[in-house]
Amino acid sequence: MAVDEVVLAARNVAKSFGAVHALKGVNFDVHRGQVTTLFGENGAGKSTLMKILSGVHLPTSGELILDGKPVEINSTVEARELGISIIHQELSLAPNMNVRDNIFMGREIMGPFGVNYAEEERQARALMRELEEDIDPLTPVEDLRLGQQQIVEIARALSVNSRILIMDEPTSALSASEVEVLFKVIHDLKAKGVSIVYISHHLEEALTITDHAVVLRDGVMTAYAPRAEIDLEWIVRNMVGENFDLGSPPATTYGAPALELRGLSVASHTGTGLAVDKLDLTVRKGEIVCIYGLMGAGRTEMMETVAGRLKPVAGEVLLNGESVLGLSIAQRIETGLVLVPEDRQRDGLVQTMTVGRNLSLSSINRFTKGLFTNTREERRIIDESIKEVTVKTDGPGAPIGSLSGGNQQKVVIGKMLVTHPDVILLDEPSRGIDIGAKAEVFRILAEHAKQGMAVVYSTSEVGECLSIAHRIIVMRRGRIAAEFTHDTTKEAIMAASGESLVA
Amino acid sequence: MSDTTAGNSAKKKGGFNVVQLLLEGRAFFALIAIILVFSYLSPNYATVSNFLIMANHVAIFGLLALGMMLVILNGGIDLSVGSVLGLTGVFAGFLMQGIEIEAMGVILYPPVWAVVVLTLALGAFVGFCNGILVAWFKVPAFVATLGSLYVARGVALLMTNGLTYNNLAGRPELGNTGFDWLGFNRIGGVPVGVIVLAVVAIAAGLLLSRTAFGRWLYSSGGNARAAELSGVPVKRVQITVYMLSGMCAAIAGLVLSSQLTSAGPTAGTTYELTAIAAVVVGGASLMGGRGTVRGTLLGAFVIGFLSDGLVIIGVSSYWQTVFTGAVIVLAVMLNSIQYGGKARKG
Repeated sequence: MAVDEVVLAARNVAKSFGAVHALKGVNFDVHRGQVTTLFGENGAGKSTLMKILSGVHLPTSGELILDGKPVEINSTVEARELGISIIHQELSLAPNMNVRDNIFMGREIMGPFGVNYAEEERQARALMRELEEDIDPLTPVEDLRLGQQQIVEIARALSVNSRILIMDEPTSALSASEVEVLFKVIHDLKAKGVSIVYISHHLEEALTITDHAVVLRDGVMTAYAPRAEIDLEWIVRNMVGENFDLGSPPATTYGAPALELRGLSVASHTGTGLAVDKLDLTVRKGEIVCIYGLMGAGRTEMMETVAGRLKPVAGEVLLNGESVLGLSIAQRIETGLVLVPEDRQRDGLVQTMTVGRNLSLSSINRFTKGLFTNTREERRIIDESIKEVTVKTDGPGAPIGSLSGGNQQKVVIGKMLVTHPDVILLDEPSRGIDIGAKAEVFRILAEHAKQGMAVVYSTSEVGECLSIAHRIIVMRRGRIAAEFTHDTTKEAIMAASGESLVA
Repeated sequence: MSDTTAGNSAKKKGGFNVVQLLLEGRAFFALIAIILVFSYLSPNYATVSNFLIMANHVAIFGLLALGMMLVILNGGIDLSVGSVLGLTGVFAGFLMQGIEIEAMGVILYPPVWAVVVLTLALGAFVGFCNGILVAWFKVPAFVATLGSLYVARGVALLMTNGLTYNNLAGRPELGNTGFDWLGFNRIGGVPVGVIVLAVVAIAAGLLLSRTAFGRWLYSSGGNARAAELSGVPVKRVQITVYMLSGMCAAIAGLVLSSQLTSAGPTAGTTYELTAIAAVVVGGASLMGGRGTVRGTLLGAFVIGFLSDGLVIIGVSSYWQTVFTGAVIVLAVMLNSIQYGGKARKG
C-alpha cells in the first residue's frame, strides 16, 4: 500500500449560509490508512466541513476529489455508497434493539422468508471478531457501555465497507479505559487501510492518535502539519492565534468556611452501593477548589446533592455554618448556594426562551414587586449579567439557540452569578466549549473568588485542574482519593484518579 | 376582541421575511380569510349581530382553550375540560335547585354568587386532582386527565340520573335569581359571555407576561429540569396550571348552562378536542414552552367562525367536521415548519 496516498481531498471548499461564511476556501487531504484530525474552536467550521464530507451539505463552491476524481455528494446515502461514514457525537443507535439489528438497520438482508437473521448474525459476529471486541450480536444496545456502543457504530460503518470514517468527538463521553479500547480499534482500522477523520476538543488525546493535524480558524485552514512536526502548543497557538493560558490561582485571602460537607453519602442511582461515600470537604471563602475524577467517580452526584436535587442518605451540608439540607433548591439559591449543571442543554438552558429570560430565570423574585414583574429592573439585571460574563449576543431578545456553545455556557453561569451567591458549584464547566471561552470562564471565576466567593468546579481534563484552582481534590469511587495543591503535576493527579496516560 | 390582551409578542417586528411574517400571523390571516370568504358567500355573515352571536359561541371554546393553553405551555394536556364543563354545569344546576339538609328538614337556596364560587371551587378541585396525579405520582398527563374525563362525566350522570336540570332561573322569593344574567344579558350590546372571555383572557395575558408565575410556567414548560435547578417550583406550577384549567372549564360550564338555562350531564362532550385544536391553531407547541394568549384566542375564533360560517351558508354538518379537521392538520403542519425548520437550515 502506497504511503501517503490521498483518498479524499477537499479543494477550495467554501460554504455560506446566507450572509454567514462558515467556510472560506478550505483545502485538505485525507490519507489512506491514516488519521487526520481537525482542530479548531467551536464555530471554526469543523462541523460544516464534516457535513460537506458526509453529504449533509453541498459546498457553495470548490470540489471534493475522491480517488483522484471529482465527486458530488448529494446525500448521506450517497456518501455511504462512496465509502464515507460519519459517527456523530450523539450515537444514532436504537437502544431497545440488539447489536445485530442495529448494525443492519435500514438495510436488512432479505431472504425468501423475510429478514435473514442467521446471515445477519454471522456477519455481525465476523465484524466483532475483526474489531476484536467481545460483544454478542444479540445483546440489546442499552445493556452495553457507552464505549461498546461506539464500537457498534463503528461496526455498522465497516459493514458497508466504509473506507473513510469521520468521528466527531468520539471520546467525549468515554472513560479512560474505553478511550484506550477505541484507540486500539482505530489502530487496527488504520492497518486495514481505513482512513479516519477525527474531531476532538480533547487536544492531548487527539495528539496521541493522529497522523496529520489540520487547524481551522474562522472558516479558514490556518495550519497543516504531519504529527512528527507538531506539539500541543503548536495546535493551541494556531487555534487561537496567540499564546494561551488558562490562568493561575488568584491571590486571595481565605475567609471563614463557606461550604462544609460532613460525612456526606449519596446512594448511587443504580440502587446498589453509594455514589458518594462519607465525603468530608471544607471550602473557604475566596478559595477555588477543583474536583478531578473519571466518569462515575461521584462528582456529579456530590454536586447535585449539595445543590438540592438529590437527597443524601447520610451526612450534613453546611453553608456558612448552617445546615441547608432542609431547604429546597430555590431556598438554597436564595441563601447563596448555586450549581451550574454539567449538561447545559438538558439541565442548564430553557431552549424556548430568549437569552435575557434565561439569564434572569433564577432572579425572578428580585424583580417581582407585589404581583407583577418589573420590566425595567429585570432589564437592569440582564444587562448586568451580560456584561459580567461577557456574553456575545445580539441582545437579550435573541433566541438562546443562536449562541455558540461557549456563550450558552456563559449564560448558564451568568444566570447563577447574578444571584450573588456565596458558593458556586460548577460541574464540568468547560465541557464542549472552545479554549477561548474556557479561559474566559476561568477568568470570571477567578475574579469572583477574589471578591470572596467560594468556587468548586469539576473537570475531566487534567490541564484544567492546574489552572486557577488553589486546591485539587481527586475523587475516586465516591471518596477523596488524594488532595493536591496548585504546584502538583498532571501525572500525580492522574495516578491518584486511577487513570493512566493513554499512550 | 383578539387584541384585548397585552400580548408579549408585540415586539416580534423587525425582519422583513414575508414567509416568517405569514407563519407567525397565520391564525390572524386565516381569520381574515374566513371572514372575507363567508361575507362574500352570505350577506348575513358580516353583520354586527351575527358577529356577536358567533362570539358568544366562541366564548365557551375560548374559555376552555385558555385553560388548555396554560396546561399545554407546561408541556401537559388536559383532556378532562369537556367533562368538567359538564360536571360543573350540573353542579351549578344542582345548587340552584336547592340543597336539602334532611337532618334539619330545611332546603338551602344559595345565592347566585355562592353558586359561582362553589362551582369554581369544584373545577379547581378536579384540576387539583389532575395536577397531583401528574406532578407527584408521575402519571402521564394524557392518562391522568383521560381518567378524570371519565370520572367527571360519570359523576355528572350520577348526580342527575342522566336527566337535565331545566329551571335555572331561580325564584325571586328565594333570592337566587340572576343565574341567566351570564348567558343572556348584554353590556353595551356585548353578550356577557364574551365579556367574561375578555376578562379571563386579559387576566391570563397579564399572568403570562407580567407575573413571576408566567415566567415559571414558560421556563418549566420549555425545560423542566433546567427550571428546577434554577429554583423554579416546578411541581407547584404544574399543579396550579391544572387547577386554572379546571377553573376555566368551570367558568365555561357556568356560561353555557346560563346560556341554555339548563344543565345537562352530557354538555361539553368532545369540547376538549376543540379546545386543543384552538390552542394548536393559535401556534402553541404541544411540546410546551411556546404559546400566547393572543394566538389561542385567534385559534378559538378561527374554529368558531369557520364552523358557524359553514352553518350559515348551509353546508352539511358532516362537511363542517371535515373542514375543521383539515384546518387543525394544516395548523400543526405549519407549527412544525415554524419550530422544527430552524434546526434544518443549519
